[in-house]
Amino acid sequence: MTATRLTATRFVVKPLVFIACLGPAIYLGLGAFGLWGISLGADPVHTMLHTCGNWALKFLLITLCMTPLRDLTHMLIWLRLRRMLGLYAFFYVILHFAVYIVLDQSGQLGAVWQDIIKRPYITIGMLALIMLIPLAATSTAAMQRRLGRRWTRLHRLIYPIAVLGVWHYWWGVKKDIREPLVFACVLAVLLGYRIYRRYQIGAHLTRVTAQG
Amino acid sequence: MRTTSSHSIGIAPSEITPEHKFLSRRAVLAGGFGIAVAQSFGRESRAWGQDTEAPLTFTRNAQYSVTDTPNSFKDISTYNNYYEFGTDKSDPSEHAQQFRTRPWSVTIDGECEVKGTFNLEDILKPNPLQERVYRMRCVEAWSMVVPWVGFPLADLLKRFKPTSNAKFVKFFTLLDLKQMPGERTSILDWPYTEGLRMDEAMHPLTLMTVGLYGKVLPNQNGAPLRLIVPWKYGFKGIKAINHIKFVEAMPQTTWAQSAPSEYGFYANVNPAVDHPRWSQATERRIGGNVFDQRRPTLPFNGYANEVASLYTGMNLKRFF
Repeated sequence: MTATRLTATRFVVKPLVFIACLGPAIYLGLGAFGLWGISLGADPVHTMLHTCGNWALKFLLITLCMTPLRDLTHMLIWLRLRRMLGLYAFFYVILHFAVYIVLDQSGQLGAVWQDIIKRPYITIGMLALIMLIPLAATSTAAMQRRLGRRWTRLHRLIYPIAVLGVWHYWWGVKKDIREPLVFACVLAVLLGYRIYRRYQIGAHLTRVTAQG
Repeated sequence: MRTTSSHSIGIAPSEITPEHKFLSRRAVLAGGFGIAVAQSFGRESRAWGQDTEAPLTFTRNAQYSVTDTPNSFKDISTYNNYYEFGTDKSDPSEHAQQFRTRPWSVTIDGECEVKGTFNLEDILKPNPLQERVYRMRCVEAWSMVVPWVGFPLADLLKRFKPTSNAKFVKFFTLLDLKQMPGERTSILDWPYTEGLRMDEAMHPLTLMTVGLYGKVLPNQNGAPLRLIVPWKYGFKGIKAINHIKFVEAMPQTTWAQSAPSEYGFYANVNPAVDHPRWSQATERRIGGNVFDQRRPTLPFNGYANEVASLYTGMNLKRFF
């Protein structure tokens, strides 16, 4: 990658992606107060809760797309965006959780705790959130250097987190599972790609060893 | 036996209860609403949410009205569940506009003496309409306050002379794959069915509903004929009814069949019995701002004085 392309990534592409990713949160923020003519419908809290959760899942899946995109396009820019997208997934998960506690449950921590221990779909959602915390905390370049190989291993947690997230959504809907099904299919493709790659590399190594 | 032609239900006009007797003492005549406006059932084209919606003649039943501020017409008519038109809350108002509610017939059969298929107009004619402001509690833990217009279901059912075998009443929604796109999906078993025990069906609070905010019910709210049982979760309020059947055994109902551990036949609003996936102890009133607190859900949705006696001795945790 040339220096100009690096500069373009850092000063143009990344800021643009950063602002675009903030879009849903800004929309909800304005809508919550009815600004700019934005309305969140008859049940704005439900809209906020659902939209944040939905974007959290989307960002998780988008983050998981970066490696396959790099492989397909041979462009490194995807990996340069991966951390920001992953942190946005975390950001929307936290917003989702905050809306749930502060607005949906009116800050009644007792009710929240009862939900977490009594309702499996909330339990697994909570588990996914907790598992995301160490990933967000070790997302800096310094932490990446410090942890070395352990960083890679730690960040494989993103796979079970994504599974729990989609499962949480699937389990939470009343009856119409079509939308969680779409998330599940995309996730299956993305995870399937990893398995395929692994198998491919494994086969390649075997071939190389046999020839050697 | 069913007949296909419409014929008289067999009640002479002289037998119809005069309006003044029909009303409770405390009921008041609606001021500007009902004056000399001919009943406008049977209009061909309608646009919802507009002033073009046909006004109804009715009186206000204050005895059976709550004093909470009703939700706006917009909230009530754009935010509801009606899976026949889609599973999003906005789907019914978006996809029910072309739904044809005339001509409409209702078949009444099963354990009763008078059976047949009747024109909706004949079904409705003998019943003076009342407005009742009811609380509406959805099983999803949100609630509204709605000024419905209708008449007691009991008045309708009695005219068909249910026999002593009639222990329950079953209701069916229209099955029409062309008009109701949701019925082409397998999300629920179609047609939608609901049921009430006979004493619940005959309770004066149980309302056959034809109007909202003084006008003909918008399509998305269940036109032309829907059920409102205010002490039960909203899904009991079956919409677009075209078949009523008196039965001896407790009928199979759509949601109870679809997820028996989550939705019961009785479905009485009960803060002490959680839905497996969420608490029913509190509810969010639609129409507030984002910082409004949830409000506690009341047993029988606040109608315990009127209906709790129907369930004396029943384990409501088991028969949820």
